[in-house]
Parts: sequence; structure tokens; C-alpha cells
Amino acid sequence: MATTFWIGTRKGLFQLSRSTSGQWNIDSSHFLGVQVPMLVSGPAGLFAALQHGHFGSKVQRSNDGGASWTEIGVPTYPPKPDDVPDVIDPMRNKAIPWSLELIWSMEMTSAGKLWCGTLPGGLFSSDDQGDSWDLNWPLWNLPNRSHWFGGGYDVPGIHSVCIDPRDEQQIKVGISCGGVWASDDGGASWQCRADGMRAEYVPPERAFDPDIQDPHRVVQCVGAPDHHWVQHHNGIFKSTDNCQHWEELKCETPSSFGFVVTVHPQDPHTAWFVPAIADSDRFPKDGQFVVTRTRDGGQTFDVLTSGLPQADAYHLVYRHALEVDMTGEVLAMGSTTGGLWISEDAGDSWQLVTQDLPPIFVIRNGTN
Amino acid sequence: MSNINTNAEGKIRVEFSPNIRKHIAIEPCEINGQTVREVLESVFESVPELRGYVLDDQGAVRQHVTVFVNDDTIRDREQLTDPLAANDRVYVFQALSGG
Repeated sequence: MATTFWIGTRKGLFQLSRSTSGQWNIDSSHFLGVQVPMLVSGPAGLFAALQHGHFGSKVQRSNDGGASWTEIGVPTYPPKPDDVPDVIDPMRNKAIPWSLELIWSMEMTSAGKLWCGTLPGGLFSSDDQGDSWDLNWPLWNLPNRSHWFGGGYDVPGIHSVCIDPRDEQQIKVGISCGGVWASDDGGASWQCRADGMRAEYVPPERAFDPDIQDPHRVVQCVGAPDHHWVQHHNGIFKSTDNCQHWEELKCETPSSFGFVVTVHPQDPHTAWFVPAIADSDRFPKDGQFVVTRTRDGGQTFDVLTSGLPQADAYHLVYRHALEVDMTGEVLAMGSTTGGLWISEDAGDSWQLVTQDLPPIFVIRNGTN
Repeated sequence: MSNINTNAEGKIRVEFSPNIRKHIAIEPCEINGQTVREVLESVFESVPELRGYVLDDQGAVRQHVTVFVNDDTIRDREQLTDPLAANDRVYVFQALSGG
């Protein structure tokens, strides 16, 4: 089971560890005062994306479990050729910038290859532990990119990268707002796979356009990789056929709106969500903070409350801030108001670790 | 550091704010150059990791960084073509934004 999680926040990186007596405590801090929007840990090391308020995005790597850090390469957009026209955000009628604004997702293959999704919509990869990065031109050059637009942020962004454990050349990316895109050839070509997703923020005749969808988070079941889950701006969706089709599911109580979803690593029918009321009311219904869980592929949802505040609690959990370990039993969850909880029984009950952290952006399992 | 001297008559003095020096060790220095771009490129040549803190990936001054020549902010934040004269001072600061 997991004994360490890394917590990226508005004001630094924190290490959460389980003691031999079973207590969870924050036992180290790093980069205090600097935003840490994304993390990844794996065979190539531990990587933290830093977002300086003034000085832009940086990446730090640790090869000793966080004891020491080295600033490494940053995914940077190559100079924009003079003869390439701007891509215009169709909602704002403004040019989408050709420049790194934020590192929004990072994942690693079993061989240590890194993938990094960014605002304003570029995907990068690194084969040298992050020392250098390459923009994925086939995705960046897609004509469909002119259909993408910002959701939450003012520009489009890649918040999810799913690497298929059966074949690491198969990659899916989730884009707000641009749908889900898949490559079967390591990023050489891309196809939109958002058939069945539904958007309420466009006229009805465009509701099912695949490349304007807003999947807030896309996750893939490691043990059953054809199964994917999406927490979408307009509800919960799942796919059982490797993203060829998506089915909308209803969680009536308290709602189907939220940002995060995480899926059990072996059981594709089990997934967790943290609902808010709606996009117009991004806080828990009646001030009662709950996690919802399905164990039957979205036919029914448990509302999990044990250990979570049930009065005057207005926590929101961002898209990367609910992490499950490889046993499917240990979950770590962090909120935008700095609450951090752990469950060791698949969400049946939760224990508060601290309610005093800065706003939490991302939690990643750090147990090797 | 071939173009950089810390005490040279007539050269351009370049200074970076403490907020930048918190991340990158860079002392005030004096450099030859005709434009802001030229003197900053000289500094970046000696301290390559500083570039990404001052300029974005397209070579423009970062949105939340300001560059002064003597008392005035530079006009050309994209190409940094503002001219310099002997004994000018270039200051690089973080902008008053964020929280």
C-alpha cells in the first residue's frame, strides 16, 4: 500500500508519509512560496513543475526521493515562424498564444519517457529525463486546434495524458476544451475520440461536436486499459472500448458536476468523484463535503461522508487532487481550501491530515 | 564572462532584483552593448539559466517582469531594441503582481 504521497500546492510541495504506527503526517516541504501545479514520479525520478508568479514555468528533478533537487529543462515552444498564422480562440476571438503558460499534466512510461501537457495546448515529450523536451508537432499542427478554446483558463490546455500499459505508443490526451485525442503511434498522428460526450455550453445543434468537449479529467484503468472515465463539465462519462464511444452516467445525489475522477487500478467498474453543485455553483451542496463512488460501472453511486465535514464545508477538489494507490484501498484527497484527507478503506472513511495547507493542485503517489 | 566586468568606465551596468537573485546567483555587472538585447544576451551567455527567468520562450520579456533603462521602462518588450548609451543602467525587476 502507499506510504508516501507528494502534494503540490499554491505555495510549495509537501511530502505526506505514513509512520510505522499508521499516522499520516507532513514530513517535508520544498519550494515554499512557489506554485507546484504538477508532479510525476517513476523510473526516471521525481519531477515537480514549478510555476513562478513572475518568472514562468520551471521543472525540478530529484533522483533521491526528494532529498535534493536540480532545475532541468522546461518544455518551451519553438520560435513561431513568421509565415504561420495565429490560431484564433473561437469563443474569445483572440489569438491563442504560442508560448508556454502552464505545465498542466505530466506522465511517465515504464521506460522513463516523459509526456507533458501544457496551456495553451501543446504536448511535449522527453527521452532524457527532462533535460530536453520536444513539442509534438502533429498535435499542435492539427487543423482542429482552431476549434479548441479555454475552459477555466483563458486558453486551451492538456490536463490529462493516459499511457496505455499494453502498448505505450497508445496515448490519449484530455483537453479543456478540445475533447479527447488519441494516438496509436506514439504521437505521430492523432484522432479525436469524444463520440457521445455532450456539451451544454454551445447551441444544441453543436452539443455533440467531439472537438469542443470539456473533459475536466480523463483517467484510464491500468488493469483494464480499454476502460476510461471522464469527469466532464456537463457530467460523468465512461468508455469501455478504448475511447471509441462514451456513455453518459447520472449521479443524481448530490450531482454529476465536478473536476476530478480517479479509477481503481484493477477494477474498471470502481471510480471516485468529488461533486460540487453545478458549474454555476462550484461548492458542495448544503455545505456538506462528500466523495461519490461507483462500484458497478456507474449504475449506482455511494455517497461517502464518514470523516468528511458535513456542515459549512465549501471545499472544491481540483482535477489532479484525488489519488488512489495501486491497491485501490488508499486514497489521498486535497482541496482548494487546503484540506488534506486520507482513506485506507477505499473511501468508506476518511481521516483529516491537515486543514491548513495552501490550495492543493495535485497529489501523486510517491511510493516506489 | 568575457564581456562582463564589475567595474568598468563607460560600460552599461546591469542589475537584477533580489527576487530573481533568490533563484539565480547573478551579481550586478558592467557590459558593453548598444541595445538592451545585446547586454542581456551577454549576461545570458555567461549565466544561461537566467534567460528563462527574464524572457519567455519566444524571447520577449516575461509578462510579469519589467526592465528599466535608468528611470524609464523599456518600450520594446518583444525585441528589446531600446538603445543604450555609455554609463546607462539596466535594471531587471519582477512586476508588482501576484499574491
